[in-house]
Amino acid sequence: MNMSATETLYPLHNGIGNMVRALFPESAFFINGLLGLIAVVILTSTLAAVLILLERKVSAHFQVRLGPMRVGFHGILQPLADGIKLIFKEILKPKGADSFTFYLAPMLPLTATFLIMAILPFDHHLQLADPAGGVLYVLGISGLAVLGLLLAGWSSNNKLSLLGAMRAGAQMISFEISLALIMLLIVMLSGTASLREIVLSQQGLIFDWWIFKLPFLGIISFIMYLIASTAELNRTPFDLAEGESELTAGYHTEYSGMGFAMFFFAEFVNMFISAALATTFFLGGFHAPLIGIDFIDPILNIIPGFIWFFGKTFFIVFIYMWFRWTFPRLRIDQLMSLEWKMMLPTNLLLLMMGAVFMVLGWAG
Amino acid sequence: MKETVPKESLLKYSSRYLKKIFTGFYSLMQGMDITVKYFSNPKTVITQQYPENRDTLTMFDRFRGPVSMPHNENGENNCTACGICEKSCPNGSISVLATKDLSGRKVLGQYIYRVGQCAFCGLCVESCPFGAIELAKDFELTVYDKNELTWVLNKAQDTPSGEC
Amino acid sequence: MISQSAEKYRLDGDALPEGFRLPQSTQEDADEFFVNIGPQHPSTHGVLRIVVRLSGETVVEAVPHLGYIHRGIEKMAENQTYIQNIHLTDRLDYLSSFFNNLCFCMAVEQAMDIGVPERGEYIRVMICELQRIQSHLLWWGVMGMDLGGFTPFLYGFREREMITDIFEEMCGARLTMNFFRPGGSYFDAPDGFIPRIKKFIPIMYKALDEYNTLLSGNIIFRERTKGIGILSREDALANGCSGAVLRASGVSYDVRKNDPYSIYDQFDFDIPTSTDGDSLARYEIKMEEMVQSLRILEQAAATFPEGPHRSQPKAVYKLPKGSYYSQVETPRGIFGTYIVSDGGPKPYRVKYRSPNFCNLSALNHAAKGLKLADLVTIMSSMDFVIPDMDK
Repeated sequence: MNMSATETLYPLHNGIGNMVRALFPESAFFINGLLGLIAVVILTSTLAAVLILLERKVSAHFQVRLGPMRVGFHGILQPLADGIKLIFKEILKPKGADSFTFYLAPMLPLTATFLIMAILPFDHHLQLADPAGGVLYVLGISGLAVLGLLLAGWSSNNKLSLLGAMRAGAQMISFEISLALIMLLIVMLSGTASLREIVLSQQGLIFDWWIFKLPFLGIISFIMYLIASTAELNRTPFDLAEGESELTAGYHTEYSGMGFAMFFFAEFVNMFISAALATTFFLGGFHAPLIGIDFIDPILNIIPGFIWFFGKTFFIVFIYMWFRWTFPRLRIDQLMSLEWKMMLPTNLLLLMMGAVFMVLGWAG
Repeated sequence: MKETVPKESLLKYSSRYLKKIFTGFYSLMQGMDITVKYFSNPKTVITQQYPENRDTLTMFDRFRGPVSMPHNENGENNCTACGICEKSCPNGSISVLATKDLSGRKVLGQYIYRVGQCAFCGLCVESCPFGAIELAKDFELTVYDKNELTWVLNKAQDTPSGEC
Repeated sequence: MISQSAEKYRLDGDALPEGFRLPQSTQEDADEFFVNIGPQHPSTHGVLRIVVRLSGETVVEAVPHLGYIHRGIEKMAENQTYIQNIHLTDRLDYLSSFFNNLCFCMAVEQAMDIGVPERGEYIRVMICELQRIQSHLLWWGVMGMDLGGFTPFLYGFREREMITDIFEEMCGARLTMNFFRPGGSYFDAPDGFIPRIKKFIPIMYKALDEYNTLLSGNIIFRERTKGIGILSREDALANGCSGAVLRASGVSYDVRKNDPYSIYDQFDFDIPTSTDGDSLARYEIKMEEMVQSLRILEQAAATFPEGPHRSQPKAVYKLPKGSYYSQVETPRGIFGTYIVSDGGPKPYRVKYRSPNFCNLSALNHAAKGLKLADLVTIMSSMDFVIPDMDK
């Protein structure tokens, strides 16, 4: 683990990075950065397509249906068809809408997803950037998404949109506190705010992951994280911002074509990001789940880290979908009382208990 | 007069609070158990892939499709052009145009049926005393032009020979 | 045009829009506004328009506006013979078309003194109870969907499909039945009728257990419905509510028990009642009604008699001069048919008493002071079918 500072910052320099450096010694820094950006964009777009298809298929099977079956084998090309349809749809702007904000709003959540994507540690050396304050960076960027929703609701000149946006704003800001407290717990325990370092602090057996390492505390805070992040994502049972039975579609009621597609896109990639952060914080990131048995562990270790990472992440994505297709929705006041009367005190308590555990030396 | 609620002790309150949380979580888990049971068993899927399974689809005997007029092997039907079906139709979707054959008897000229107006109530078939019409099993009735929705049900009959 | 209608709903002036009764708030910072729920809105299940006066997210007043699906069925009825009228009653409450058929036929039977053979009565009772379950299944799914859970909708439709198949085998239609005739029914029960019902009953009991686990027991669902939309006994009676809405408010009135028609007095079943008057009470009553309907079906399937299904049909149905009223208990409440005859082959005037119209008038009483999301909960717990209101 004795890497130079540049290696930690730009792990991409292995492989392709070295090649670029050898070919263009002067401009390697910019070219590598550009390649990284392209990689993130491609990864994000692919992920969105995969997640949309996954959501449709998973929801269909929860509901004793088959889901898309027409485009390609078992509807595998359906997201492509949807995308083409959305690109060619007309973007309608309601009368009286604020043009600049109306067109700006969908871009903000999308930008936020790209920005967070850049710091996720997919594997030992598969990370675009690893700022020392990665957790703070994540929390800061997710504020951008809230701003997008608020602007969308306000600029649409539609009362239902505005109600949806206000709900979204109140909800995301409140649950961000819980989320931040849970992240703080892990930051405190692992002693670092860099996402890569947090993953590395869970090296070892499966019992060294933060979810199992702390007695009881880990599992409780993991459940808390799941609840808070579901609320942060505006997914059922916390999808009040869209609440189609009350607000038709909430903040994106008036968006069509690519404007709607951007919100949709950001929503799905955000789901992946939340799951990826859960993996990073609790499930040992790219580490294989070693169980301490001599003849199984080497086999698990052969599987590359990013496969473990994506496997764990998609498992959590599945849990999000499972929530969504089972539960009804909460009401706005119940949501708020859940956050301020239940989640926040519990999280503060967890934080204090974590501190006590650390002092007693139980936390690894 | 406002009723005063007797104050609970803290212990009671917190035990109620915790109980609510645990029973709540348990109820959520039970719901998730049901949905995942269906998710993990693809045999429970009940939807059908419609145009692909067209060959295996069979309608029930009493299915109420559009009106049709059965013809026997000689191309003859049972209709006597009495017009009872026309009278019994609530929407005026049937017009029985009678004509006279060479012997001056009233026979069916054209049996006009406007499927676009039909409510598929089946009253025409119910009222027909001769069993000349029936409801077909056809359910794919979409056309591109509304003119195609006016059908002539009887087949053109040859002039009966020998009755001059 | 758009700006004109926007002007109409602005609170600056002294006058409130039509239908609103509560005075304007005297507070300086009162921030009230109007939101149209409908005519095109996911939770109205049709083309009902409700203008909601909101203060933030709190409903101050909700005023329903009707007429978006008015087809003039009562006027059309005056130009149709009695037999032709039966198919028009299908179009009132499309989820209880058998009940509407039955009610119209009962009024004709009452006027012309037509009897129904025993087998015909059994077919009527069984088909109607099946439809009650079918209608409640749709309501259950839609209730889940209105509260944000999509999955109940599909699960409800799965069992509903079995009943719809029974109907299709019986009368050839799945929604607009046009099945009952004065003196019995158009068709006799097919051979597969009783076996299909016997196969369906245990499946339905199992499914009900599943529904209770998935939705009724769910803490989010209970929190969303308990104590929401309380309708007092007085309000329920004053607005002419019926069905589960009335029974949830503490009045045990069911036409099947209190004014038995057909052969309902031969069967053993209970009328679930509650005094809570909230959405959860309405929900639980409807769930219990499905169990009671299954009980009736079990008894009827065990003693299903042989014999004719219809008394000798008449060539022309001409009601003697006078007025006739009959009522049935549909899944949503009391459906009544009032026929005035001048002795001709067509009715002089027909009036349908539809349960949804009266239940809708209680909406404002139940929703006042609650959140916007609760309005949707109340609407779906009252189980509105819009074409029945407008006719």
